[in-house]
Parts: sequence; C-alpha cells; structure tokens
Amino acid sequence: MKRLLDIMFPLAVALAVLGLWQWIVAAKQIPPYILPAPSAIGAALIQNWSSLAASMLATITVTLEGFAGAALAAIALAILFSQSRLAERALYPYAVILQVTPMVAIAPLILIWVGFEHIDRALALIAGMIAFFPILSNAAQGLKSTDFNLLDLTRLYGASRWQTLIKVQMPSALPALLTGLKIGGVIALIGEVTAEFAAGSGTASGLAWRIVESGNRLEIATLFAALSLLALTGILFFAALSLLEWALLRRWHESAIKKET
Amino acid sequence: MTNFMLDVTHLAKRFANGVEALADLSFTLNGGDFVSLLGPSGCGKSTALRIVAGLAPPDGGTVAFGAGKPETGFVFQEPTLMPWAGALANVRLPLDLKHVPRGEANDRAAAALARVGLAGFERARPRELSGGMKMRVSIARALVARPKLLLLDEPFAALDEITRAALNDDLLRLWREDGLTVLFVTHSVAESCFLSERVLVMTPRPGRLAADIALPRQSQRAPGFRLSPQFLECQAKVSDALGSSPVHGGEPAPDLIGGGLPRSGKTEGANAP
Repeated sequence: MKRLLDIMFPLAVALAVLGLWQWIVAAKQIPPYILPAPSAIGAALIQNWSSLAASMLATITVTLEGFAGAALAAIALAILFSQSRLAERALYPYAVILQVTPMVAIAPLILIWVGFEHIDRALALIAGMIAFFPILSNAAQGLKSTDFNLLDLTRLYGASRWQTLIKVQMPSALPALLTGLKIGGVIALIGEVTAEFAAGSGTASGLAWRIVESGNRLEIATLFAALSLLALTGILFFAALSLLEWALLRRWHESAIKKET
Repeated sequence: MTNFMLDVTHLAKRFANGVEALADLSFTLNGGDFVSLLGPSGCGKSTALRIVAGLAPPDGGTVAFGAGKPETGFVFQEPTLMPWAGALANVRLPLDLKHVPRGEANDRAAAALARVGLAGFERARPRELSGGMKMRVSIARALVARPKLLLLDEPFAALDEITRAALNDDLLRLWREDGLTVLFVTHSVAESCFLSERVLVMTPRPGRLAADIALPRQSQRAPGFRLSPQFLECQAKVSDALGSSPVHGGEPAPDLIGGGLPRSGKTEGANAP
C-alpha cells in the first residue's frame, strides 16, 4: 500500500503539471516555437521516433564506453595509490588538476587530436575524463579506510599484498567505490552532452546534437522530445547503478539495509 | 635453557608523537601459562601485546621465543570482523590466507564455530549477531589456525557482565582443551584474577612491571571460585599492587628518559614467589 502511494503521488503531480501546461498553452495561445503543448511534444516524439531512438542509442553507447574506460582506469590507479604512497604523492595532484579544469575548455583540443572522423571516440574520451575523478577519489578513499585491525590480522597470518587487497581492502572499499561509480555514471552523461555541443554541426549523432539541431530549426516540440529522452537516459544510468549497489551491498552494508522496527 | 615459550626483556616503545608508551618491560611466559597483563588505561599494555605479536617493532629490548615463533592467534578489543562475509568465511580467513584447501578450511572453520557455541550461525553476517556472538566469532577465528600462543587485547571490555562471565568460562575451557599459552590484556582486576594463574601488574605510562603475582592454579580452584573468599583475596592482592605502583607525576618527564632506552632491568615491587 505504502509503495503504491509512493508511485501514485508523484504520478498525480506529473499529470497535474502536464494538464496545467496543456491548458496554459491553449488558453494563452502560446506559439509552438516558444512553448509547445505536451500533446505536441508527444506527437513529435512519435513522429521522429526512429531517428530519436537511434540518437538515444548513440548517446547511451558513447556514454557507456567513456564510463567503462574511466571506471577501469580510475580503479587501477586507486589500487596503485593504495600500494604505493610514492605513486599517490606523485600523481594525485595531476588527477586533481584534471578535475578542476573545466572539461568543456579542452573538449575542442581533444576533438582535434582524436579527429572528427573518430567523433564517437573523442566524445567517449571527454565523457570518461569527466567521470574519472569522482570514481578515483572515492575508490582511493575506500581502499584507505580499511579497518586497521583487519590489516594487522592479514599481517599476522603472513598474507601477501595481493591477498590483503583481494580479501580485505577491495571489499572494504566497495561501498565508497559504488558511490563513486554512481556519481561518475551520471556526470559521464553530462560530459557526453557537453562534448556533443562542442563537436558542433553534422558530426555527432546523439541526443544533444538533436537538441541543438531542433533549436536551430525552431522545432521546439522535437527539442523537448529529445530532452525528455535525455532525462530518461540519465534516470536509466542512475537506476542501473543503484541496482548494482543494492545487489552488492544488500546483505551487509547499513546503507542498503532497511531498518527493521 | 628453561622451557620458556616467550621471553620479553627490557621492552621500550616511544611513538612518533613523543609519547613514551613503554619504558622497560620484562617478563617470561612458560608453555601452558594463562597470564594477565593488567594496568591502568594508557599504560602501554596493548602496545606490548602488539610488539609480542610482531605487529609493531620495539624501540628497545627483545622478544624471544623458546622454540621459534609459535603459531599465534590475536583477539582485538573490537570483534574486527569483515562485515561483508558470513561467520564461517570470517573464521576461515586465517586458513584462506595460508592457502588451506577450501573444503578442509570450511570444515575446520565450522568446527571452530561449533566450539564457541555458534553452530548453525555459519552464514550469519556480523550485523545479524549480538556483541557477544561477534566476539565468539572473533575467538573462533583466532583458534582456527591452531595457535600455540593466544594474545587477547581487552576482548570483553565492551560486553555486558553476563556475556562477559560466559565468555570467561568458555575461554578457560578452550585454554584447557588446547593446552594454549595465553597472554590476556585487561584493566579489570576481577577478570584478571578469575582467568589467570599469574597477573603482571603494570605501572601507568610509561609502562614497566610493577608486580608479578602468582595466583592459585586453575586446577586447584573450587567450582564456586567466583564467590569464594579466595577470589576476593586474589583481588585484594592484585589491587594492592596496582594501587602502590608509582602514579602519574612521580615519574621523570619523558624527555629526560634517554631515547627510550631501558634504564634498568630491575622491576619495581616485584614479588613473584
């Protein structure tokens, strides 16, 4: 019953807002090139479905590639930091610099270097660079926060570094790592959209480019349709990563356990 | 050579922040001993235990073992379990680290859990267990690799009195059954007297030995020892030694003690028979 209400209330709010929107557009006779009615947006979505779906797939694919690359690189670097204090001291400042530099600013450079003929590769690289740091910092933090006594225990039994990493440090780092992945996954999408904007005309084929294109043509209903699909993509990413987190932590971590009263 | 298991001489330790934890601690354990290391909090008894376990290097002094470093079990003040793993996997950790085949390791871990009264809880996660049960898992883990020497660092300090009494009885049983040598760190006079046959009383920081008190052997104690006048007598004796040890302020300033080196091998107020 409670779960049903959790779905019913937001749904009721959405219907009310859409109804109000539809009514205002009709009553005030707002032109469709300023604000199209929800019905017009729905019609545009259906009419352009095949091309919009292809764009959505392109955006999802590129974002996933960038995200997966960033996750692998960030986890590998976090493990290196956990094994070598020297490596952490030497490299961490550069990871921070990479993060605090607004990635939009180097997007044009990357597009030129990677080349417009490999536009998807360039977009994935930019998305990955943006997603990289939150995954790295959370994974490194997680690996560092292993219970000292557990580490002592592995020393007492003569464990190798590898055993300590696999048996104790990695599982300890899992909650923090998943938080990093959740943040990284969502901002990888932001990075991909930014990169598509930077790539400009005719080369990119994702949803962000469709937004620019529809805007230029004053096809605002199609713009809204693309925007809705972009929001849906973000929700899918977040939901998938939350599901992964729940699946991995539900048996033991406080954050994933429902408190019994 | 005597039949000593562990010989600690002139142990000294100073931390990086300048705190001198141990000044000069010497004692000997024989095989099969159950000895308590008793002292006020901050006297360096936990530090001494960590040095004996090889988890921290001493700044001075030596730790020698009669017959080579024995297999050692360690029980921390906290249960220190892996929250993601079930009780069986937690107990199995030492065997996993020693590359014991999985089947054998599972059998031995299950047997160790059964010995501490937790048969049937193999798959329970730490968060599903009470404080006392978690400590039992911790003890089972310390015993699973069949140690000769068992080191415990105030393991029952955070438990309620009823649980603590039950675990005290269990610990004595396991010590008897396995012929363990036990070094038990505590700040409870009653606990040290109930469990051990010898109590090493330490001074406040920097720790040194204030007294080495022999108590009646476990085999000579009547079943109702906990309520007997003999038990009170033991506690009075140990409390006396604890009370007469030099208090804070009576000791020289830490920076006057040269480099944490042992000043003398003499222990103050030692009255071991």
